Amino acid sequence: MRIAVLAVQGAFREHEEMLARLGCETQEIRALSDFGQPTQWDGIILPGGESTTQGKLLRELGLFQPLQRAIRDGLPVLATCAGLILLAEKLTDDPTVHLGTLPVTVRRNAYGRQLGSFTCKASCGQLKEVPMVFIRAPYIEQTDKDVEILATVDGHVVAVRYQNQLGLSFHPELTEDTRMHESFLRLAADYAQRKTKIA
Amino acid sequence: MDKQQYELNKGLAQMLKGGVIMDVTTPEQAKIAEKAGACAVMALERIPADIRAAGGVSRMSDPAMIKSIQDAVSIPVMAKCRIGHFVEAQILQAIEIDYIDESEVLSPADDVYHINKRAFKVPFVCGARDLGEALRRISEGAAMIRTKGEPGTGDVVQAVRHMRRMNAGIAKVAALREDELFEAAKKLEVPYELVVYVHEHKKLPVVNFAAGGVATPADAALMMQLGADGVFVGSGIFKSGDPAKRAAAIVQAVTNYEDADLLARVSANLGEAMVGINADEIKTIMEERGK
Repeated sequence: MRIAVLAVQGAFREHEEMLARLGCETQEIRALSDFGQPTQWDGIILPGGESTTQGKLLRELGLFQPLQRAIRDGLPVLATCAGLILLAEKLTDDPTVHLGTLPVTVRRNAYGRQLGSFTCKASCGQLKEVPMVFIRAPYIEQTDKDVEILATVDGHVVAVRYQNQLGLSFHPELTEDTRMHESFLRLAADYAQRKTKIA
Repeated sequence: MDKQQYELNKGLAQMLKGGVIMDVTTPEQAKIAEKAGACAVMALERIPADIRAAGGVSRMSDPAMIKSIQDAVSIPVMAKCRIGHFVEAQILQAIEIDYIDESEVLSPADDVYHINKRAFKVPFVCGARDLGEALRRISEGAAMIRTKGEPGTGDVVQAVRHMRRMNAGIAKVAALREDELFEAAKKLEVPYELVVYVHEHKKLPVVNFAAGGVATPADAALMMQLGADGVFVGSGIFKSGDPAKRAAAIVQAVTNYEDADLLARVSANLGEAMVGINADEIKTIMEERGK
């Protein structure tokens, strides 16, 4: 399996290390030439970092449209924190829209500044006791009816799935728990299989 | 600060990696920096070049001024306190700053003791010229390290020297036999456990940024190629001819620091760089502050 990791800014190396532990090959995407033919990938990770920085670089580097198209065409995506903001169709109190492929409304810095950052454990989909690290994190305020809610913390939605897109407020890559990445790799494996059948 | 909070604080620094943290003195500059792609801003009354020019005692900025910058942008806001001035740090924590820089750019308040950063919930970044300084600051509770450079000069030579010295120090510890680590800890004047971490992981236990004298996209890419996790740009942006353009160019350079074609493109027509001072010609050596 080949997984691309968006590496324009943020904590991309942590995702790469996580996938390496699961025996999966990754490639950093810093430029359009790194992304190349979207069909060569079985999945892509949008890491945490600053969404304003990442969104700007995506546009300047010409990655915006190819990435948006690939996700709309079904490329599995795991988006954490800033990545979730990039995917969101709408942001609360902010007219900015980045990729806009995930039909949810996301509130940036929803827990306030760094002093509001926290960790907890909660269920996420079928997974129990998932350690969740929230760093100046966003949460999801509204979801379209087709969006599956995977996790809520204190009444706020913090993890969703919509078709090929997995959006998380928290950072599984900063923990020792590999289960979220394993779920993502299952999506990627299904996608790889479908691709081969069509080919 | 409990262990969990320390992990969260180190985590925020991890989110800043591959990014540029810019010094700003007004809400307008902060907005320009955010729009140009800064991953965080450092709010201060005077940028290091002006601190150097003004001389005298330089202190923490007015909290009202810092708050106006917090209100202007959505990215993390950092601010500086004097070395050893734990009350300035308490004030910065009270206004919910995202990161405190215990900085040699300001006049030191204590010439012996650094702040006990473990007593705070808010994260700290500290300057370091070599592995020993870095591990001492981490032992005191710093969640992020940066080179000291020679602030406000626009001369990158010290930042380069510190980064190379840090890398050499890490390589040396990594190459030691396990039974030699106790002596290494003694020589470096740091806790044994931190030396073991560096030996095993071949890196610092926290994120390490470059700072001091970065004025061009090429300077920023140089520091990244030398192994920095990201870059602080102080006087280099708002002391230049076209701050918005230069800021955006440095952001691009930090992402694609090995792509010479892109670096050539973003370095073109940036207008005047900050004039700078040759670091050998100055009297106040800030990097010597706090060891």
